[in-house]
Amino acid sequence: MTAALLIEQLLNGVQFGLMLFLMAAGLTLVFGVMGLINLAHGSLYMVGAFACAAVANFTGSFWIGLGASLAAAAAAGAIIEIVVIRRLYNRDHLDQVLATFALILIFSEGTRWVFGSFPLFLDVPELLSGPVSLPFGVQYSIYRLAIIVIGCLVALGLYLLITKTRLGIRIRAGESDRAMIAALGIDIRTLYTIVFALGAGLAGLAGALVGAIQSVQVGMGEPVLILAFVVIVIGGIGSIKGSLFGSLLVGLVDTMGRFLLPSFFKLFMDPSQATSVGSALASMLIYILMALVLVVKPKGLFSANA
Amino acid sequence: MLNVSRETILNCLLALTLLVVPFIALSLDEPFYVTLATRVAIYALAGVGLNLALGLGGLISFGHAAFFGIGGYAVGILASHALNYEPHFSSPFELEGTTQMLILWLVAMIVSGLAALIIGLFSLRTSGVYFIMITLAFAQMIYYFAISWPAYGGEDGLSIYVRNGFPGVNTLIPINFFLITFGVLMSALFLVATLRNSRFGAALQAARQNEDRLSAVGIKPFNIRLATFVISAMITGLAGALFADLNRFVSPNMLSWHTSGEIMVFVILGGVGRLFGPVAGAALFILFEFIFGGLTEHWMFFLGLVLLAVVLFARGGLIGSLAGKVRYD
Amino acid sequence: MTDNNLAIAPVLELRNVFKSFGALKATDDVSLTLLPGEIHALIGPNGAGKSTLIRQISGEYSPDHGSIHFLEKDLKGSGVAARAQMGLGRTFQVSSLALEFSALRNVMLAVQATEGTSFRFFKPVMKDQDLIDAAMVFLQEVDMQSRANIPAAELSHGERRKLEMAIALALKPKAFLLDEPMAGMGPEGSKALTVFLDKLRHQAPILLVEHDMDAVFALADRISVLVYGRIVATGTVDEIRTNPAVREAYLGEEV
Repeated sequence: MTAALLIEQLLNGVQFGLMLFLMAAGLTLVFGVMGLINLAHGSLYMVGAFACAAVANFTGSFWIGLGASLAAAAAAGAIIEIVVIRRLYNRDHLDQVLATFALILIFSEGTRWVFGSFPLFLDVPELLSGPVSLPFGVQYSIYRLAIIVIGCLVALGLYLLITKTRLGIRIRAGESDRAMIAALGIDIRTLYTIVFALGAGLAGLAGALVGAIQSVQVGMGEPVLILAFVVIVIGGIGSIKGSLFGSLLVGLVDTMGRFLLPSFFKLFMDPSQATSVGSALASMLIYILMALVLVVKPKGLFSANA
Repeated sequence: MLNVSRETILNCLLALTLLVVPFIALSLDEPFYVTLATRVAIYALAGVGLNLALGLGGLISFGHAAFFGIGGYAVGILASHALNYEPHFSSPFELEGTTQMLILWLVAMIVSGLAALIIGLFSLRTSGVYFIMITLAFAQMIYYFAISWPAYGGEDGLSIYVRNGFPGVNTLIPINFFLITFGVLMSALFLVATLRNSRFGAALQAARQNEDRLSAVGIKPFNIRLATFVISAMITGLAGALFADLNRFVSPNMLSWHTSGEIMVFVILGGVGRLFGPVAGAALFILFEFIFGGLTEHWMFFLGLVLLAVVLFARGGLIGSLAGKVRYD
Repeated sequence: MTDNNLAIAPVLELRNVFKSFGALKATDDVSLTLLPGEIHALIGPNGAGKSTLIRQISGEYSPDHGSIHFLEKDLKGSGVAARAQMGLGRTFQVSSLALEFSALRNVMLAVQATEGTSFRFFKPVMKDQDLIDAAMVFLQEVDMQSRANIPAAELSHGERRKLEMAIALALKPKAFLLDEPMAGMGPEGSKALTVFLDKLRHQAPILLVEHDMDAVFALADRISVLVYGRIVATGTVDEIRTNPAVREAYLGEEV
């Protein structure tokens, strides 16, 4: 195992973590501000990926596709917020789970209807294709590096949005006291729609970015959604900082676990057995991590009201 | 004075219909419907398990697929060992596979119960949204484990070549297997009805209504909930065991989060917390799949619409709309 | 003041209890005792930290420092349910009931809890005549037997307060923790409850948090005055009435 390989895997972990952050940030915002658990967040990720792939294939430009993914996911988010989600704010979590599960069925099957069952392919844009040389002899994909940069920019942008803008002040007010922002005369319905669309847009962006390195297919959002849940449980519901920290932790632990565990077991097992034990354990690693966090801090590491 | 509520009559009608349909199907020489009814009974059983935790205890578990799948895999793994004449392990004692349903059920229930004990110990420390997400996450963990563990088929699943045996019954005949599942379902319903009316059930339902009140009288909600979660998982695990024998196949699909969602849908469509809710819900689900599945391959799209409508506009499910709200004595 | 009483072992004893939420000192070096047979009233203006203190005794909060002893046992580490099992019977400031259950079933739950394990899976509670009869006795004590089969959700405010009391009685506690039992009872209800509590002290001592000064002065053997988390005075009714610090900090505003 070389240092270069290790660094490459670490970068992969960071890249994966930042994509999880784009998902988790929206989920945690929606929960923090509106008190809603949204299972259909993964569908918005899928919508972003499909919009990007379809538009990029049609226009020949990945960048137009990327813009389309943001727009399509944000629009889809705004529409479901207005048509369905807003009726759920005053319902219990069971109703929220079921209604958003129903939305998943509608989105998944609807997408299959329009695009068919075969995966779409989305090529990495020319500008970002190929590897780049980094220190220590690391050859790393420019595209993945770009994803890391975009992820960092989004995190920074969210930080500025929440701390420095009027919208951010309203969002924070909404997190601490819903009645108060209504009393302040803020149009709460519009605020909720904007927050939901913002989260949806981030999910769509993540879907499009990841779509170029994996395939774009129905159901691609759900595994990411569940990982985002793990992130939120670890970070603490409602905390953007917690979700950033949790995302990077989950991204790194998952990637490094898959990379290192099989080699680790090879130290004292025969290779084929070590690979299967190692990969099986690696697939469970982040859930074990979540369980450990729960033992120590049942409300997550960055819980708002710890 | 004969005091029979509308719900009781409805329950009897449901049970009777489920029992009679396969016989009518047989007499019309339509054996396919026997299998369909068997599926209803098994799905209903899985729902009965979840309904105990969700309906009576208010525990919104989005991870019951874990127990359904574990029950299924318990059967698949034991049966495959029996057929290969290959013991699971030989020291400290030899454990061989088996093809006896009664033993398989027992093992399926014990393993599901143990899994629920561990998952419950972690997840029941939390409540609300955390509980939903954590049960979902643990189920997903087991799902990925099943996919990445190659010994029992991994992603491809595991076939059971011959349906397992039941003393004195030829299980290969569909109607016989249906009657077995129906009997198990009725027993589980009887068990849940008994639990609901017992002291344990009183504490459980109080924990749902007002946790602080239960603590203040000196009953720890955690212990009651943990026991409920385990019993609930054992029932759903048993359903998984039967499902494995129905299809003679187990796959990670049984463990997937879609399965968790579907089990929850059975409970909701029929009516949360209603004894026969899962039976009504599973029947509606299968009917829906059968009718719309024949019309379009995109029937899940319409299922989504219907489910959405039920959640938004018709709370209480089928039994709730027909028999009114729950009344306690 | 209380030194003469030290010969008798207190049922409940708080020693130097502190609790803060951020910068707010909700409980600031509180020490107090509850002696056998007495009603010890805890009074103080809103926001003085009475509820926070009750919650530390009942086990919902744990103190930052200091100890709480009940029947000479340190309560540290025992949860709400364990303390209730040990004999701390509390009522809530805002009625806290299993709302879908009938009044009777709410009391039955308490009887069931005192009889030991709730891990009994088979016998239906509504066919358990002993359990029903036992619960009925407590409903009768608060004059609620005619409302036994009404769901708690459909009871009036006053009836819910009575039901709370019946549940507390059913626990057969060794000490009562009553958090504003008179709240919203109206003058008639308060008067009746005063008579009731006066008799109840023979069953077990009462730590009474109450705003109704008529009731407090009529019932209390001792009064502790809590202001900004601190106990500014403890003494008999007369001592408290004439205590200048109390008049300034508390009674001065109220009367």
